[in-house]
Amino acid sequence: MTARMVMTHDNRTALTAQGVTKCFGVTKALDNASIEILAGEVHAIVGENGAGKSTLMKILSGVYQEYEGTLCFQGRPVTLPNTFMAQQTGICMIHQELNLIPYLSISENIFLGREFLTPFGLIDVKRMRIEASQLLDKLDLHIDPDRPVCQLRVGQQQLIEIAKALAFDAQVIIMDEPTSAISDHEVDMLFELIRALTEQGVAIVYITHKMEEVFQIAQRITVMRDGRMIGTHLARDIKENEIVAMMVGRDLKDFFVKAEAVQETAVLQVRDICLNHPTRPDDYLVDHVSLSCRRGEVLGLFGLMGAGRTELLETLFGVHPKSASGQVWVEGREVPIDLPQDAIEAGIALVPEDRKRQGLVLEMSVRDSISLASLNQVESCGFLNPRLEGNLARDYIERLQIKTPNAHQKVKNLSGGNQQKVVIAKWLATHPMVLLLDDPTRGIDINAKNEIYKLISELALTGMAIVMVSSELPEIMRIADRIIVLAEGRQTGEFLRGQATEESLLKAALPRQQSSHKNADPISLLKGNTD
Amino acid sequence: MPDRFDFKSTISRFHSLIALILMIAAFGLFAEGFFTVGNCRTVLMQISVNTCLSVGMTLVILTGGIDLSVGAVLAFSGAIMAGLLKSGLAIEGLNLYVGVTVLGAVCAGCLVGASLGLFNGLMITRFKVPPFVATLAMLTIARGATKLYTGGEAITGLGDSFARIGSGSLLGIPNQALIAALIVGVTAILLKRTRFGRHVYAVGGNEEAAKLSGLNVNRIKLKVYSIAGALSAVGALILTSKLNSATPVAGEGYELDSIAAVVIGGTSLSGGRGSVLGTVLGALIIGVLNSGLVIMGVDPFWQKVIKGFVILLAVVIDRLNSEE
Repeated sequence: MTARMVMTHDNRTALTAQGVTKCFGVTKALDNASIEILAGEVHAIVGENGAGKSTLMKILSGVYQEYEGTLCFQGRPVTLPNTFMAQQTGICMIHQELNLIPYLSISENIFLGREFLTPFGLIDVKRMRIEASQLLDKLDLHIDPDRPVCQLRVGQQQLIEIAKALAFDAQVIIMDEPTSAISDHEVDMLFELIRALTEQGVAIVYITHKMEEVFQIAQRITVMRDGRMIGTHLARDIKENEIVAMMVGRDLKDFFVKAEAVQETAVLQVRDICLNHPTRPDDYLVDHVSLSCRRGEVLGLFGLMGAGRTELLETLFGVHPKSASGQVWVEGREVPIDLPQDAIEAGIALVPEDRKRQGLVLEMSVRDSISLASLNQVESCGFLNPRLEGNLARDYIERLQIKTPNAHQKVKNLSGGNQQKVVIAKWLATHPMVLLLDDPTRGIDINAKNEIYKLISELALTGMAIVMVSSELPEIMRIADRIIVLAEGRQTGEFLRGQATEESLLKAALPRQQSSHKNADPISLLKGNTD
Repeated sequence: MPDRFDFKSTISRFHSLIALILMIAAFGLFAEGFFTVGNCRTVLMQISVNTCLSVGMTLVILTGGIDLSVGAVLAFSGAIMAGLLKSGLAIEGLNLYVGVTVLGAVCAGCLVGASLGLFNGLMITRFKVPPFVATLAMLTIARGATKLYTGGEAITGLGDSFARIGSGSLLGIPNQALIAALIVGVTAILLKRTRFGRHVYAVGGNEEAAKLSGLNVNRIKLKVYSIAGALSAVGALILTSKLNSATPVAGEGYELDSIAAVVIGGTSLSGGRGSVLGTVLGALIIGVLNSGLVIMGVDPFWQKVIKGFVILLAVVIDRLNSEE
């Protein structure tokens, strides 16, 4: 009753967040962020990677409990101790990675955790089936609710998540990049469904990188940057360019700039690298990318999440032998892309994106971690020589100024920045000619970042060819001599340092729905517009 | 740069040693006849087979795997050794009979053990069968094959020179203990001082990172399971020669004792952390516990219950330590 009365007082507000601040260690992921979601609107939230979108959504959907600030649902302050309570309150989030149990049926998934019971305490299968089909009918989805969800296409699974939200009688549905994994036809269906839901008063919070979608579906747009709210605008009052300008625009003073070191000879040459999509047969994660990197050059790879940056580096390094094609040369010699061992032998090194999962054996000591990829250098007579190994480790601890009490410290006890230096040290010990760095400053503090920039600059001076992926515009604009932009696996732009502006980079990185247009000739494009 | 002596980590690393010393002291006080040279020899002889199996198990568990087939592989390789010694190799089609020496039989047995281990490894690496399932299947296969080969009967009377391997002694130390000690020493060096050993830790600690560091993860696993199989055969050598017979039920349940020794020794079941020396301590703790309880005349059924609690206690202490 009270809820209804509040609604009549303030019948437009579905969910508000006031002054929300959330820290992870030293980094402020959200800084005094406030947002108001109105009932029946599609509210798009845009921003670069790391702008704080997902953190805010996780707070709104009850994933994080520790933060400053207040949440109000339909005008009343609420606390969301967990996601289940958030759902019961009426806030549901549909994650990019769907949260369904693959071998349970559709109806079991929809009512997971609050199954209907018979008077005997057994699951009331019949009632669950009936209610599930009613929900599916609402979504115009005519599938047997007894089918396991693993048999459904991704687009259909997404609809099941929406059905689940409806079963909770959700008033706010948060969608995190819902169109990233579904076909164009399914996108159209999803948009129709979103419109129908908003007509019933449901508020949709829509996170996306795709500008076309924003203007197609959203009534209001909020731009976030560095954990702050930059502004909220009606979609009909604002242009794409203005949004892009709001997304970027940071102060670039005091930023480390890489020294000039580029030489003439190309060390790394890459032609037509493709990586097939694991589930969609006609689609590529990396789509015919060709590039080269010269001695002393830092080649930046910029792109948003899912642009294929990581996959490109991994493919060069031989991590995806079965689904990749293309050619790689180092100093003119072709390198097979079937095995990391071949890549290492040819002088390629990869500092992976996720240092804890892919870069380090956390239980190992600093010494053992540094020597792991070059144990042959510290052997004598077939046995590891502790003296040689210790020297190697101390050498790099000193050179990269790794802060550790001693070489026997386990790497899991080091800070993120020092762990990253250990990973880099491991690869420098193999004396690579090409160094692939995948977002090397992710999640480390500003001092460690600057040290890593300095190191990259020094390595380039020694003639190493460096390919660096980065999601931070200021970083890539200062460190890279040349920047290649990727979007949805394709090269969409190439800039020399100095030519690139934040706007031009970001524009190239935003995915286009009709991506074929970029290669089409301008006249046919014009024709298309006049139709 | 000398490293500072870290008291806390030293304590936590040696908690199983401290437990062993406390246990020996307690049994020395309360179990009459525990502190005798004779009993020391008995304990060493009793744990030598388990030590061999446990050392192989340590390697497997360090890579993050498990080997449930060690007891059955022991039985099969023991039966092969005994069979070859007793009746040689008869190839009927060629009308050929080959007599086999003691050395030949031992080598053949070890080869068979290693091959079964290699088979485990192939299933795990090529066909991605989970180690638990692959080695569980091998447990049944090898046990069944042993019964087929022996016809369900023990093969006895294997000759003096063979029996001496297991029952003899050198300078008062039982041969079995010497063999086990040799295995422990070689494997400890292999783990700590060779590239292969380092790779074992890396694969168990983080397989993805190991792969991206250019290690051939599959080959490392194949080697580890083969070694575990070969060491089961060494266990078979000790057991068969000591008893001077190979029985089809030899080594039943030994896989559990060896896993217990590894776990008590502080090796992490998720891989990447642990040592052979810890495992030896684990095997000693089980051996001392068995012997002490027997001497004190504890009901054999209660012995099992107590042993179970000791395993739990060891893991709980380990967990508490690693949480700090």
